[in-house]
Amino acid sequence: MMQPVSPIARKNTAGLWEPVDVAALAIEGVSHNYGPRKALDNISFTVGGGSFTALLGLNRAGKSTLFSIVTRLFGMQAGHIRIFGNDIERNPGEALRRMGVVFQPRTLDLDLSVAQNLFYHAALHGISRRDARQRADELLSRIDLSERFGSKVRDLSGGQMRRLEIARALLHRPRVLLLDEPTVGLDVKARAEIITYVRELVSEQRIGVLWATHLFDEIEPDNQLVVLHQGRILANGTVASVVSKAQARDLHSAFVQLTGSGRASEDARS
Amino acid sequence: MSAVTASNRPAGFSFAQYLTCLNGIVWREGLRFVHQRERFVSALVRPLVWLFIFAAGFRQVLGISIIPPYETYVLYEVYITPGLMAMIQLFNGMQSSLSMVYDREMGNMRTLLISPLPRWYLLFCKLIAGTAVSILQVYAFLAIAWFWDIEPPPIGYLTVLPALALSGLMLGALGMLISSGIRQLENFAGVMNFVIFPMFFASSALYPLWRVQEGSPMLYYVCQFNPFTHAIELIRFALYAKMNWVALAVVVGCTAVFMIGAMFAYDPSRGFSRRGPAGGET
Repeated sequence: MMQPVSPIARKNTAGLWEPVDVAALAIEGVSHNYGPRKALDNISFTVGGGSFTALLGLNRAGKSTLFSIVTRLFGMQAGHIRIFGNDIERNPGEALRRMGVVFQPRTLDLDLSVAQNLFYHAALHGISRRDARQRADELLSRIDLSERFGSKVRDLSGGQMRRLEIARALLHRPRVLLLDEPTVGLDVKARAEIITYVRELVSEQRIGVLWATHLFDEIEPDNQLVVLHQGRILANGTVASVVSKAQARDLHSAFVQLTGSGRASEDARS
Repeated sequence: MSAVTASNRPAGFSFAQYLTCLNGIVWREGLRFVHQRERFVSALVRPLVWLFIFAAGFRQVLGISIIPPYETYVLYEVYITPGLMAMIQLFNGMQSSLSMVYDREMGNMRTLLISPLPRWYLLFCKLIAGTAVSILQVYAFLAIAWFWDIEPPPIGYLTVLPALALSGLMLGALGMLISSGIRQLENFAGVMNFVIFPMFFASSALYPLWRVQEGSPMLYYVCQFNPFTHAIELIRFALYAKMNWVALAVVVGCTAVFMIGAMFAYDPSRGFSRRGPAGGET
């Protein structure tokens, strides 16, 4: 007969069913080696739906490697990753369609227009031109790029390109958004705009966000925090709990204490 | 199973969504091609140089006897035209796989690979897109060649289309297979030397095989084993509304083998160095 069914399931904005009690992104025991070098060592953490989770680590901590594995650019060497319960190895299509990604290097086509970039992404997700047009209009007006609809991406500023990349990552209405150091190379104003926009996505649309960064000021006290250092997770919890556990004054000193390095984020930027 | 658990896993993607994806990839490839005018011009100039200069010079040296599919004596220019058409596709196939290596290094490839549609299908769409672009180039070449008195029967322009589609797929898949073995962009120049030139010269592009056999039986067998020879012959016959079954079989077989090989061998992480992902990311 019928199996008992979890009653807690809802239809998301993309019209796909997703269980409410399942993590947006669940990473379990993921390890990765580049030859003899261990880039990731038994990483496990989750990103809840509608939560902002910061993945904090210096350069070469393993953040981008983790992103490459989650997005299936790298094969999985060990562990499991699930997007709303969909294993990315066994069910990659269902996992990927629920996930939006902004990579650290820019991945826009500079010679194509803003609209063409969006339409291309939409097509890759099987979204028809008419739907894509409507979604693009909505997203672009949200990020104040409506009047740049036909402009070549090459002519946009760095901040505009980043906002466009985020809009593009949202085009197929994912429920979890992964951003790998999205503010690198941007000025203060552009950075603030992007952070505000992504935080609004979390609070208004309940999108789960994984935000990789090495900048402490991008993280707020009530955020979830995962500290990644040399391929291992040193702390995982709310920012406040991580700070109090380390018996530190603030996140910065907690980080220094955890990683055992006296180097602050200023060094990491170089 | 309940309705909820059943609809928990929507059955993948619809046929229309697959088509939308194909459409999008072909459209983007077309746009990129339009934007890269130099690529278009060089794709045309290369065979035209062969046609206008090389063929004109060799016209007197090489006499072509009546061989199928030709029904009369033909000028050397007429003889090498199918070879040049295939050459356009050979270069295009290698170039689009070159652009895949480039995309992989530059990050554009990520846009494609995070699509939720199956990877083999995305690569297949890429192949079709590359083939479509190569066919456009070939017809542009034929249009110019027409003024140079290369005038196949009008029906030939139509019958050559499926042949071009097949040979384009075969050469594109070969390019993809080769590019999947290339770690970095710099290695590609070597591939041009070791793949394009040998394939082109050891084929029936510039001289009929019976003449090759007279000169060097060894080279004759090499040419026979070269799938590019069969792509040329398929095009040559189709351009005169005729069918070369052997060529068709070889091209279809090679297309299948190269395509399956490329889809298995293609590993997106290969473009990244051993130390870590590209661009100093970690």
